Amino acid sequence: MSDITITIDGKQVNAKEGTTILEAAQSIGIPIPTLCHHPNLEPYGACRICMVEIEARGRTSMVTSCIYPVEPGLVVKTRSEKVDKTRKMILQLLLAHAPDSEILKEMAKEYGADKDRFEKEPSFCIHCGLCVRYCAEIKKLNAVGFIDRGTKREISFIPDIALKECWNCKECFPLCPTEALQAAYVFMKLLTTDTPNPISE
Amino acid sequence: MTRIQSPAALEEIRKDILAHRDPQKPCIILCSGSACLASRSKEVAESLEAEIEKQGLTAAVDIKKTGCHGFCERGPIMIILPEDICYVQIVPEDIPEIISRTIKEKQVIERLLYTDPATGEKITYESDIPFYKHQERLVFGANRRIDPKNIEDYLAIGGYSALPKALSQMTPEQVLGEVKKANLRGRGGGGFPAGRKWEECRNAPGDIKYVIVNADEGDPGAYKDRSLLEGNPHLILEGLMIGGYAIGAHQGYIYVRQEYPLAVDNVTIAIKQAEQYGLLGNNILGSGFDFTVKVHKGAGAFVSGESSALMTALEGRVGEPRPKYIHTAIKGVWDRPSDLNNVETWANVPLIINNGADWFTGMGTEGSKGTKIFSLVGKINNTGLVEVPMGVTLRDIIFTIGGGIPKEKKFKAVQTGGPSGGCLPEERLDTQVDFDELTNAGSMMGSGGMIIMDEDTCMVDVARYFLEFLTGESCGKCVPCREGIRQMLKILTNITRGKGKEGDIELLEEMAEVLKTAALCALGRTAPNPVLSTIHYFKDEYEAHIREKKCPAYSCKELIAYYIDPEKCQACMLCAKKCPVDAISGGKNLIHIIDQETCTKCETCYDACPPRFKAIRKISGEPVPPPVPEEARTITRRSKKDE
Repeated sequence: MSDITITIDGKQVNAKEGTTILEAAQSIGIPIPTLCHHPNLEPYGACRICMVEIEARGRTSMVTSCIYPVEPGLVVKTRSEKVDKTRKMILQLLLAHAPDSEILKEMAKEYGADKDRFEKEPSFCIHCGLCVRYCAEIKKLNAVGFIDRGTKREISFIPDIALKECWNCKECFPLCPTEALQAAYVFMKLLTTDTPNPISE
Repeated sequence: MTRIQSPAALEEIRKDILAHRDPQKPCIILCSGSACLASRSKEVAESLEAEIEKQGLTAAVDIKKTGCHGFCERGPIMIILPEDICYVQIVPEDIPEIISRTIKEKQVIERLLYTDPATGEKITYESDIPFYKHQERLVFGANRRIDPKNIEDYLAIGGYSALPKALSQMTPEQVLGEVKKANLRGRGGGGFPAGRKWEECRNAPGDIKYVIVNADEGDPGAYKDRSLLEGNPHLILEGLMIGGYAIGAHQGYIYVRQEYPLAVDNVTIAIKQAEQYGLLGNNILGSGFDFTVKVHKGAGAFVSGESSALMTALEGRVGEPRPKYIHTAIKGVWDRPSDLNNVETWANVPLIINNGADWFTGMGTEGSKGTKIFSLVGKINNTGLVEVPMGVTLRDIIFTIGGGIPKEKKFKAVQTGGPSGGCLPEERLDTQVDFDELTNAGSMMGSGGMIIMDEDTCMVDVARYFLEFLTGESCGKCVPCREGIRQMLKILTNITRGKGKEGDIELLEEMAEVLKTAALCALGRTAPNPVLSTIHYFKDEYEAHIREKKCPAYSCKELIAYYIDPEKCQACMLCAKKCPVDAISGGKNLIHIIDQETCTKCETCYDACPPRFKAIRKISGEPVPPPVPEEARTITRRSKKDE
C-alpha cells in the first residue's frame, strides 16, 4: 500500500494507508494521551482524551486520533487551545470518580485540570473498557462486561465464568488505569464464594 | 392470491377492487390509532359492530377501523361516508343514536359535531375544522381512508402505483435522480439530503446492500412515525422498495421499537400481504427486481435511533454508537453499505415518484421542500399530529392549527427537536418551519416533536428534564456524554432547588462546548441544546433562581410557598378540608393559615380556593409574611342590614 504524507505539529510523517493519526504520531515520537486505547485491541474511541484538531479540505475539526485514518494532505495539531480545553474538562470529569488514579493525576498536571472541580463520586471505574475488551477480544472469555447504560453503566464480572477463569488469568488487572477492576473482582468473589480475598494472598 | 406478474395485471386488480366498491354505500370510519384506542375507541368499535348487527345492517353498512387521523385531542374521531360527516369524542353510548339517526335517517347529530371554540359554530365536515383546514396532509392524509390491515384499501386509493412506475418506466439512476432533484431531506432529525445518502450507498463497493427504516422514534412527546407505520404501513414499504431499487439493495429492514405493538403488527401484516400479491419477493411485477423485508424489534433504547447504534443493534449486539469516520452508507450493517432513513422520509418517496420532483419542490422553502409532520403536544388546545408545508411559521402551527394555549394562559416557549432541540420564545414565533431556519434560531427540526409551554413552565426545569431523560438514555460509552450530562444535570438540579451558585451558568456553557465537540455521537453532541437555548433566551430565569432563589414561573417546589392572604380569606374551609396533610388551620369565621413546615406544596388548596376569593397566592424569592396574630384572625361579617 502506498504511503500517505501528513503533517503533525509541523512535522511531515509518512504513513501507510489505514494508519490512524495516533499511530502516525507515535511513529515519530509525538505523544498523544490515551486512556481507552490499546494497540492489541480494536479501536474504541470512548475516552475522547486523544482528540486532536485537524485541517482537512479547508475545514478545521476535532477528531478522535485513535480512529481517524490518515489521508493525503492532512494537517494535525496535537495541542491547541481547543484540544487542551477538551482534555482538561474530560480529566476533571474523570477525577470526580477516580481521584487517586496515578495516570489521571499525571495528565491533570499537564493540562491544568482541577481534581476538585466536580463533586466526588468515587466509583473508581472510568469505563475505558480495557478489561471488557481484553477479555472478549484476546481471551475470548467474556468474563467481565458492561451492564446498564447511561450514568448507571458499570463493569461487572459474570460469576459463572469469572469464578472458573479469572483466578488463573488476571491479565486484565494491569490494564486498569484505576483500581476499579481489581475491586470489582474482589467484591464479586466475596459475594459469590467463601474463598478468602484472592488479591491479598 | 396468486402473485401479480406485471404492472398491467396490478392495474387490473386495482380496477377489480374498485368495481366491487360502491362509493355511495354507507361506511363508518373509526379512528383506531393508539391515541384513540386510549380514548375507548376499541369499545366504540365493539358497540358499533354489535349495534349494526342488532339493527340488521351488516350487509348495508361498512365499518373501517383506520390509523390515526391526527386530531387526538378530540378522539375517537368518526367519519361517516358518503356524506363525510365528522363526529368527535365518540363514546360507546352514542352508537345507537348514530345508527338510527345518521345512518338510517341521514340526519346530522348536532351534539356530536366539532364546535369551533372561537365562534361557537358547529362544524359538519372535517375539512372545515380549523385544525385540519390549514394543514397540507399529503403524507398523513391517507391514514383516514384506509384500513391498515387491508392491502386492498391501499390499492384502492392508488397505492402501489409508484413502485410499478419506478420498476417498469425508470432506471435506478432515474429514480435516484428524481429523489435528488426533489431535495428530500431526512425527516428523522439531521435533515441530510436523502438522495445524496442513497447515491453514496449506491456507489459504495459491494454486492450486498441494505435499506433500513428507522422507526425507533423516542423523543418525549413525539409519535408521528408510530402513527404513520400504524396507519399506512404499505406506504412505508413502497417507499423502501423504491429506495432498494434505486440503491441496488435487495434486503430491507424495519427497525421498530417493541413498545409500538400496533405498528409492529400492522407492518408485519403488510409485509405478508405484499408478499402474497407478489409485491415483495423475487421478480417483482416481472421486473427482475428481488426484494424482501424483515421487521426488527428494537428493545427501546433512545440511542438506538442513532444510525451506527441502530445498525449495531440490528446485528444483534448492544445498541451503542460506534466511532465512525466512514459513513454507514459505505460501511454499515455487517460492514456492508447500508442506507438508513426515517419513516416519514420513506413515506415521501412514493409521492415524489408519482408526482415528480418538480411537484415536490413546488412546496416549501429554498432549502426545505415538501411537508413536515409534527406532534403538537404540551400546553396546547389541539393536541395532535399536524402536517404542514415547509415554510409555515411556528405561530401558524401553534395558534391557527393548534388553537393556542388553554385556560387563557400566556405562551412562553415551544420546544422542537426533542432532547436534541431547543426552546424558542415568543419573539421567535415567526420562525419558519425549515431545517436551516430552526437551526439558526437555536433549535432544530428534529423528528417532529413540538412541545408547547405556557407561562407556568419553568425553563430551567425544562432543561433539567431533558438532561434527566438523557442520563438514562445515553449509552454511557463516551466520557463527555456520560459524565458531562451527569454533571450538568447536577448543576441544573441544584439551581432548581435554590442551591445554584454564581458561575453555574458559565460552567454549564463551558461543559456544553466540550460535549458539542467531543461526544462520540449526535446524542451527546446535541444534548446541551435544551440547556444552551434556555440560557440564551431565558437567562433572567436562571439568574433569578441563582441570585434571588426565585422561580419566576412559580413552578420549582423548593423555591415557592403558598400563602393565604388574610385580607382576602373568607374562612370558607374549602382549602382546609381538601389539604391532604392538614397543613391549614382555621375554622368558621377564622382566617385560614398554612403551616409552611407541614405544607407539601401540592397546590390542592390553590385550586380549591374559589376564584371569586382568590385568597391563595404563590410566593417565590421573598419571605412568607408572618401569620396573622390570633386576635386578628376572626372575621366579623357585615350583615346585609348594615349595607
